Amino acid sequence: MATKSSASAKHVPAFERHGLSDEQLVSMLRTMLMQRTLESRGFQLNRQGKIPFASASEGHEAVQAGAAMAFHRGSDILVPYYRDLGLDLGIGLSADEVLLSLFARAGDLSGGRQFPHHYASRELGLHSISSVIAAQLPHAAGAAYAIKLRKQTGRAVLVTFGDGATSEGEWHESLNFAAIHALPIVFLCENNEWAISTPLSKQMAQPDVHKRAAGYGMPGVAVDGMNPVACYKAVADAMERARSGGGPTLVEAKCYRFLSHTTDDDDRTYRSREEVDERRKNDPVPAFERLLIENGVLTADAVAELKREILTETNEATDRAEAMPYPLPRDLYSKVYADTYEPWR
Amino acid sequence: MAVMNNVEAVRATLYDALKNDDRTLILGEDVGARGNVFLITKDFVNEFGPERVIDTPIAEASIVGIAVGMAMEGLRPIAEIQFADFIYPAFNQIVGEAAKTRYRSNGEYTCPLVIRTPYGGGVRGALSHSVSIEALFYHVPGLKIVAPAFPADVKGLLNASIDDPDPVLFLEHKKTYRLIKGEVPDGHYTIPLGKANVLKEGSALTVVSYGLYVHWALEAAQKLQEEGLSVEVIDLRSIRPMDKATILESVRKTRKLLIVHEDNKFGGIGAEISAMVAEEALFDLDAPIRRLCAPDVPAMGYALPLEEEYMSSPAEMADAMREMVRF
Ligand SMILES: Cc1ncc(C[n+]2csc(CCOP(=O)(O)OP(=O)(O)O)c2C)c(N)n1
Ligand SMILES: [Mg+2]
Repeated sequence: MATKSSASAKHVPAFERHGLSDEQLVSMLRTMLMQRTLESRGFQLNRQGKIPFASASEGHEAVQAGAAMAFHRGSDILVPYYRDLGLDLGIGLSADEVLLSLFARAGDLSGGRQFPHHYASRELGLHSISSVIAAQLPHAAGAAYAIKLRKQTGRAVLVTFGDGATSEGEWHESLNFAAIHALPIVFLCENNEWAISTPLSKQMAQPDVHKRAAGYGMPGVAVDGMNPVACYKAVADAMERARSGGGPTLVEAKCYRFLSHTTDDDDRTYRSREEVDERRKNDPVPAFERLLIENGVLTADAVAELKREILTETNEATDRAEAMPYPLPRDLYSKVYADTYEPWR
Repeated sequence: MAVMNNVEAVRATLYDALKNDDRTLILGEDVGARGNVFLITKDFVNEFGPERVIDTPIAEASIVGIAVGMAMEGLRPIAEIQFADFIYPAFNQIVGEAAKTRYRSNGEYTCPLVIRTPYGGGVRGALSHSVSIEALFYHVPGLKIVAPAFPADVKGLLNASIDDPDPVLFLEHKKTYRLIKGEVPDGHYTIPLGKANVLKEGSALTVVSYGLYVHWALEAAQKLQEEGLSVEVIDLRSIRPMDKATILESVRKTRKLLIVHEDNKFGGIGAEISAMVAEEALFDLDAPIRRLCAPDVPAMGYALPLEEEYMSSPAEMADAMREMVRF
């Protein structure tokens, strides 16, 4: 990948890189482009009738790429939610794993059992989740407790969720417990202003999730969720605090969901095109591309090359996954318990 | 061998677990300074510290949910729900999360977790301190459910539950806590989950039960023995997995089956046992299967007549046994 140093660019907008190297910035852009490409592949495959379901996180790329860059692979633990493909990719998930999940093939990390993007990998530190809103929050607090009990300083848990999830009791219970025990954990809210068709105003009376942190006795931080570098900085600071025994933080990234909730949803039934078009102007992916080009981090040609590379990777992974076998009917019966299990039938 | 009641057996087993395995910890309401409302964990916090004997907020969903996260990270949490009546907020974490962790991650993550809770009535516990919850959970593959009746079984089954690599709901009948005493072997031992115990051999009727009613069924069966009627009594011990083989073997011998449980009848444990026996051994039976269970009402009451009407008794069980033997 061609990168070039930023010194000579002209009329550069103010660009705070918060210590990120060119290589790291490019890696973040790559994650964002990869996320977008893979997710539109999911929608295409659904429309072609090849897969039953897909979801997307367009509008969440910046917060996820930033948060992933703040994650220490090999020691931190990620407890994500279903709309976190970019975060999963950013900590090391591969395109092949994504396509196997979309196609529900036997080689999928859940063995074809779960909806797309419910990955689990001990190697990546990526926790297994269900689709149940906010159910992963207590698990994250428990994982953080395990880190603290074992006095493993230098490790922390990153747990993510949507704005809608903050209405659940388990959300409250987990922040409360984490604050009581000063756990090494960062609560990252990807506030996209919608929970399927329910707007923020019907989810909460005041729209700032991070302000609730005060009520638990932990710091709360808001960040522009369309700015990947700012998101990196907010999450990195919070993770560093957590790793060094400083306790939990609630970070709220203000982003937006550009597409329908999933392929089974139609957002035209509950929000205007004007609203969506207006918010599209803030699309973080082309904005970050431009920022890196204008600052000379990489050239327009290099970006185009990167996109071609990602498309090729996606196409190849699509072909490979499609050619892979489904799980067998008998696989329904495995992994119920550790021991051999004879289900009553 | 020491003689213990069920509270002492739970306590001794938990103590050994904390002592011998530093992956174990206890979390629940009032388990620390108070030592649990039945004093099961009394003084544990002084010996093992508040990091391993955690007084949690009153938040059952996260008591279980946090324990799930700990278990996924290799600890061996023993979560306590203060009374089974308060387990409902944790339903999602037990059924949707703990029981499915292994399955949904294709074995990548597991959930070796024990959830202990006191249940059951006959203690003037009123509407919200008397409930039986087993039927709400036994529908769930991925979960194991244990309901011991005797101190020695409490120890062996609790040890097995703590050692088990999957989530176990461990039900302790409150009325047996101090009422039931028995010899408990020294040292560490386990009783396999899913193995019923034939407490009394008999030839004319099989009675299957668990928990408090095991004691009453045994008392009734002994009375019938004096009358010359031979009744076999099986203590299920584990509700899931269920020991189908022991039940079927017994029923094929006695040719009659009575199930007694404290929980109400509709959709209860007895329903599954009856259906299973009907499917597998109908033509070995000489009488219709009978279930002696609580009436189909929301709860037992606080007033003594409302509690007694809800609960069965050794005398009522003896009557049912006589009728069936003579059928
Ligand atoms: C406990 C529970 N209730 C309802 C649902 C159905 N559901 C799926 S996604 C969703 C909206 C969640 O919104 P939010 O938390 O803001 O996350 P987003 O999808 O916007 O990223 C709902 C209601 C669910 N999965 N779990
Ligand atoms: Mg949302």
